Amino acid sequence: MYGQGILKGLWVTFRHFFNTYVDDIRYAGRKYFRQENFPIRQGLKAQGAFTVQYPEEKLAVPERFRFTPFLVVNDPDHPEAPGEDWCTSCGICAKVCPPQCIWIVRGSDPTTGRPVPQPVAFFIDIDICMNCGFCAEFCPFDAIKMDHNYELASYDRTTHHIHDKQHLSKPLSYWKNIAPTTALEEAVARGGWEHPDVLKAMKKAGQTAVTPTWENMFAKPEPPAKPLPPADAADADPAKAERLRKREEALARKRAAEVGEPVQPAVEAAETPAPAPAVPTGDKPKFDKQAMLEKIRQRKADKG
Amino acid sequence: MVDHPIVETTDIKAAVDALKQKFPDTIQDDTRQGYGGIIVDKNHLVEVAAALRDEYGFDYLSSATAVDYFGISDHMEMVYHAYRTSGGPALVFKAQTSRDNPEIPSLINIWPGVDFQEREAWDLYGIRFPGHPNLKRILLWEGFDGHPMRKDWQEAYYEEDHKPFESRWPDGWVHRAEERNVYGKNVKYPADFDLSKLSDKSEESLYADLGLGVSIQELTDESHIKTDRLVVNMGPHHPSTHGVFRMIVTLNGETIETLEPVMGYLHRNHEKIGERNTFLHNMPFTDRLDYLSSMGNNLGYALAVEQLLANGARYQPPTYRAECIRVLMVELTRIVNHYWAIGFLLNDLGAFFTPALYAIAEREKILDFFEATAGSRMMCNYMRFGGVFKDLPERIRGVASRMNDLVRDYNTMEYLTELINERIPQSIDELDEYLTDSEIIKSRTIGVGYLPPEMAIAYSTAGPLLRASGVPYDVRRADPYSIYPELDFDVAVRYNGDIYDRYLIRLDEMRESVRILKQILPRLERTAGEPIFAGSKQHTPRVPLGEAYGRVENPKGELGFYVVSAGDEKGPQNPWRYHVRAPSFISLTALGPMCIGHKVADVVAILGSIDIVLGETDR
Ligand code: SF4
Ligand code: SF4
Repeated sequence: MYGQGILKGLWVTFRHFFNTYVDDIRYAGRKYFRQENFPIRQGLKAQGAFTVQYPEEKLAVPERFRFTPFLVVNDPDHPEAPGEDWCTSCGICAKVCPPQCIWIVRGSDPTTGRPVPQPVAFFIDIDICMNCGFCAEFCPFDAIKMDHNYELASYDRTTHHIHDKQHLSKPLSYWKNIAPTTALEEAVARGGWEHPDVLKAMKKAGQTAVTPTWENMFAKPEPPAKPLPPADAADADPAKAERLRKREEALARKRAAEVGEPVQPAVEAAETPAPAPAVPTGDKPKFDKQAMLEKIRQRKADKG
Repeated sequence: MVDHPIVETTDIKAAVDALKQKFPDTIQDDTRQGYGGIIVDKNHLVEVAAALRDEYGFDYLSSATAVDYFGISDHMEMVYHAYRTSGGPALVFKAQTSRDNPEIPSLINIWPGVDFQEREAWDLYGIRFPGHPNLKRILLWEGFDGHPMRKDWQEAYYEEDHKPFESRWPDGWVHRAEERNVYGKNVKYPADFDLSKLSDKSEESLYADLGLGVSIQELTDESHIKTDRLVVNMGPHHPSTHGVFRMIVTLNGETIETLEPVMGYLHRNHEKIGERNTFLHNMPFTDRLDYLSSMGNNLGYALAVEQLLANGARYQPPTYRAECIRVLMVELTRIVNHYWAIGFLLNDLGAFFTPALYAIAEREKILDFFEATAGSRMMCNYMRFGGVFKDLPERIRGVASRMNDLVRDYNTMEYLTELINERIPQSIDELDEYLTDSEIIKSRTIGVGYLPPEMAIAYSTAGPLLRASGVPYDVRRADPYSIYPELDFDVAVRYNGDIYDRYLIRLDEMRESVRILKQILPRLERTAGEPIFAGSKQHTPRVPLGEAYGRVENPKGELGFYVVSAGDEKGPQNPWRYHVRAPSFISLTALGPMCIGHKVADVVAILGSIDIVLGETDR
């Protein structure tokens, strides 16, 4: 019969149309007006209309989502070097950046003129950034990561869209919050929650870093248990002597900080007095979803 | 098709030997390090090409492109990749010419599919092709100064020949390119260019040089008897053109007499950027070609560079798990692309957005998975040389996101299993039920835009367009790559060569993709936890000298990357030549012939059935 195909097609359209109302009636309109009902509309079992009421509602992005990069710095409550850059200005991210939108000024020692592993300035032109994620992927120090904030539009691109170091820097805990799985994986690969250089120094000094797990993700890094060994006087290499001198200085600062501000016990430790050691599954740390969710909720509540 | 005897061998060497005997002095082996194929004396190019097609069965010219060896051997060459539609590897042949007066005979009479590619070589390299009936610029405008792909041509914001640029580190005080070269001072015109042409708005100048085959003057002349012939400009800004694409049609009443595609509005000289880039830099740039199927683009480019890397000592091919993930990704991409293609074909037919949105709703589910795995829904940038970016995540949403999005928190493998076994097949069936039997669609599409198989091959069309004309040519089977040889699937083929068959073949291909994906799932489970990289992931590998042509069966057709590594003896870090054989671009060659004799409204549907994307066409 001519027209049968059209009727069949109309039936499909009608089904879609009808399902919208079935869902509406089932939830009596609630599915639109309350945040909690978001899953009803967006889940795999949803029927009918799928609209997200942006910007009132937003879809969460997955952990690996990449927008523009940010620079990792120590947390403000870090016992030794709060707010210190993780970036060593090695320049690899600037090299692998396809549109060449990363600009780095490497620091140098004013007396010796030697490069020091700290960027003086760091710029990313976010108009040019193509959100590829190479910088984060290839940074050997885990110092640059991809942010999840995609709302960067502004009325004036010439004044707002070159992000400088201050704008780019975000604490490590921010990264742990937006991408905990990845942050943990990276920390496991590094061998501790600290900066690779710190971990290296600790290893040299014979100290062992805390093995990263879900439990100690937000614990404060502990100050080293015993002081680093004294410099080897027989070593005549000026560069090495210089490095040792710096390390001594850092250590002195560290001790001063210890005296000034006693280390608080980690919040997590207070919550769970006897933290059960994570049961390793393979070589991956075990993921305890409940505890993790609790922790994140706690932190959110703390922030207000 | 031909009455000459065809040399029955898939062995390229046998064909080359036979060819050498036939043309003793005109053919030499290409003996440069890492190169293959033959170099043909350009004065005999047409004869050799004719013999290749008619006697040795190389009926399908996949790619024709130019390379400028400025500073190495100071010549230019055209590189041709010819295949047999019965399958097998390429016969690569080249013709060389001087840089000062570059001229190579046109092969348009042998393979009409080189039409646009020769025009592109003229446009970007300034090589002239005697014998080409319509040799004019194709991507750039007529007043453009110079030929930008030549190695000695520099762009407006030129900084250095190769990335990474010196200015970025260690003394990278930021500045914007436009601060140095303020807008308005970066436009150059050739010395003899008549600037008044730019403001000349008369009909004649608008359509001059377009090769329309009609005299505009006659059409607009008031003193003649009025005919009902009309020149109509469709696009560049028109919803039916799938982007900024323009068609100039001459109409006799409602009937199309000629159709001239005009493109290049989205041209950004992708290939020049590609030569400034390092090898790895190009990976995210390939996402922007056919932006609906970035995973497929990534794979094509990775295959080309891996071919080159394989000549070196340190390279390790991807692990089995990496190959499984690659196939998973590209087959999902094919489904994504065909949802889109079918949805928008229906838009073009006038079923405004209802079918398109039903298709897109399903596509979103796949994009969620891409986003969770690669970090982006469309610009996936997922493949690396020798592997992929990262293994599949354990869950679709991360822990942090679970706080505010309980909606899409799934175990990745469960999500994939449900997607592949339930959702996608159901939605394909629904599309089928919805559209296939509709009498309106049938009457609009059956018999419209007919492309006979000989023409489909001659015009070098690819993908669904070629296969809907009855040519079962699929790179996954004809010249296999990755783990396709061990997978069980059929090459979808339809025989009527009209719009309706092009719609049906996309449904068929989606079903075949689901079949492949069902075989991939157990493989993924079996290899879970295995490494992705056999070697290490390098960001600036040194690539051994040579040439490579990596091609994949992308959703829109055969996508090829011709990559040359030349110059630095130690192995360059930047490609010397980076060429994209874009299926959308080449398939458009057949648009004009398909449209002639149809009505204006059909043109829109025919264009929709080719399924083009301008990011790839214009590059
Ligand atoms: S790669 Fe990492 S450490 Fe090196 S300059 Fe970039 S952000 Fe800094
Ligand atoms: S995301 Fe890509 S484009 Fe953006 S700064 Fe990083 S490397 Fe450069």
